[in-house]
Amino acid sequence: MTPAAAVTVHRWNRASIVTMTALGLLVLVLAFGPAIFGATLTDRMTTLFAYVILAAMWNALAGYAGLVSVGQQAFFGLGAYAAVKLSHGGVEVYLALVLAPLIVGVLSLPLSSFALRLRGGEFAIGMWVFAELMHLLVNLDGLVQGETGTSLIALSSFGPDARRAFNYWVALAVMLALVAAVFFLLRSRTGAAIQAIRDSEEAAASIGVRVMATKRLIFVLAATGCAAAGAITLSTLTTFQPKTYFSVQWTAYMIFMTLVGGLGTFEGPIVGAVIFFIVETVFGAQGVWYLIGLGAAALLFSLFLPRGIWGVLTDRFGIALLPVGYRLRFADATKRTES
Amino acid sequence: MPRVLTAVGITKRFNAFTAVADVDFHLDANEAVGIVGPNGAGKTTLLNVLAGSYPPTAGTVTFGGADVSRSNAADRCRLGIARSHQIPRPFGNMTVFENVFVAASMGAGAAREQAYDGSIESLRLCGMLAIANRKAETLGLLDRKRLELARALATGPQILLLDEIGGGLTDAEAAELVTIIRELRGRGIAIVWIEHILHVLLQVVERLVCMDAGRIIAQGVPEEALAHPAVVEAYLGSGVT
Repeated sequence: MTPAAAVTVHRWNRASIVTMTALGLLVLVLAFGPAIFGATLTDRMTTLFAYVILAAMWNALAGYAGLVSVGQQAFFGLGAYAAVKLSHGGVEVYLALVLAPLIVGVLSLPLSSFALRLRGGEFAIGMWVFAELMHLLVNLDGLVQGETGTSLIALSSFGPDARRAFNYWVALAVMLALVAAVFFLLRSRTGAAIQAIRDSEEAAASIGVRVMATKRLIFVLAATGCAAAGAITLSTLTTFQPKTYFSVQWTAYMIFMTLVGGLGTFEGPIVGAVIFFIVETVFGAQGVWYLIGLGAAALLFSLFLPRGIWGVLTDRFGIALLPVGYRLRFADATKRTES
Repeated sequence: MPRVLTAVGITKRFNAFTAVADVDFHLDANEAVGIVGPNGAGKTTLLNVLAGSYPPTAGTVTFGGADVSRSNAADRCRLGIARSHQIPRPFGNMTVFENVFVAASMGAGAAREQAYDGSIESLRLCGMLAIANRKAETLGLLDRKRLELARALATGPQILLLDEIGGGLTDAEAAELVTIIRELRGRGIAIVWIEHILHVLLQVVERLVCMDAGRIIAQGVPEEALAHPAVVEAYLGSGVT
């Protein structure tokens, strides 16, 4: 038997090393964002970071684990709500913004036992029902006073510039941590198992994948991430009105960004988030026509470019800047025909 | 040869329908057993109960001395019971290598480097190394069947449950699989193989279990089992060879 050494497994390539370096430099520049950007752009960038988180989370859930949810606004809303509650309870406001998603992540654990028993469309709608339920429950809280809402009053102890900069840095750090968490999870052995479940749950179980535990991991990560985006959004808006946060539009945005960028590719949804951000910045003031345009674009993409922008690029040019997969390389060409 | 798998009094009912009725089955280390019978005889149901795809309504499955009746498919795979599916279930969006890598890292519980080696070895054995970077959804039927074998093999099994792995293939294609399966036996893996194509099956197995209507109607050395009056009647002259 020929030694296995003739064949080697490769994960990084030259393009991905260049990309990682470029991203590292970009992050370094972004770290000085509040000093470089004006006030408006700093706020907008904070929003972009929240969008990137949302897109990466929905993609991890639907694109990699096959769990299509239309109820991720539940966690988005709970993240903001938990931050309000923590701050109201006396926790330092920026600590509250960081702790809130972790609390929501823990709370999503018992929910996963029920939600992950549902399949396909049942799961999607079940999650929406859960989001509506959370919305109603949060409305009952005396602090929130129904749709009157409340606000993150503690933020006003900071001056506008300091607050803007802190919001930005927290959002940047949380985004980097969450996107890195998704990336390294998908690159791990568990990441391959997650994709196996997406493609055939039964076959995955039959080769030793613990289906429920593996799904739960990605479910909790996505819940935590969406909650973090909710907390970041709260930091920029400062007001908390339940119907704004528990709105299904957040999941619609996630779906738009993921579909346009490329469902099931790691880079795609990040590109999708940037595109969505630009579209919103340029056309956001157009009101209803803006929303119609978004819907039409998502429809056209799913009909004619179902793999999204990045999916097309990888299919056509084999580009993988941030690869989560595996390629075999054959040291000796004759080994290819050996059987 | 020590006994590796024992199933006693296995019954599986789906609502009012009894698919498998009070079946006893056993497998020795490095043994190869064929299961034959008409459609609806309960062969695949029995295999699913052995693999842990669903629990038996009654009866116990013992593997390596431990009762595994209630453990699920994933846990049984980790213990050493691997299977192939009648209709191949590739992970279509993943490459052939990635398909096998999941099996090596989860089923065999191997660390990364060992899982790489195990996957490459399994692919080599199943003649799939050259197409390791292809997406599994692009594979034809023979390669999908090979992938089922390679994946099962990569989990490092003591026993391999094959469900009509030769179905739908030409004789030449089936012969390729026979070569691979014989090689697996040579490595000490015991085999349970459900197959309709008898002349293929008989190249590998030394014991035949004949089922009909959820029961075992005859078993033993292939020639004797096939000559059993109940078996002849079950097939009703439809030409079992």
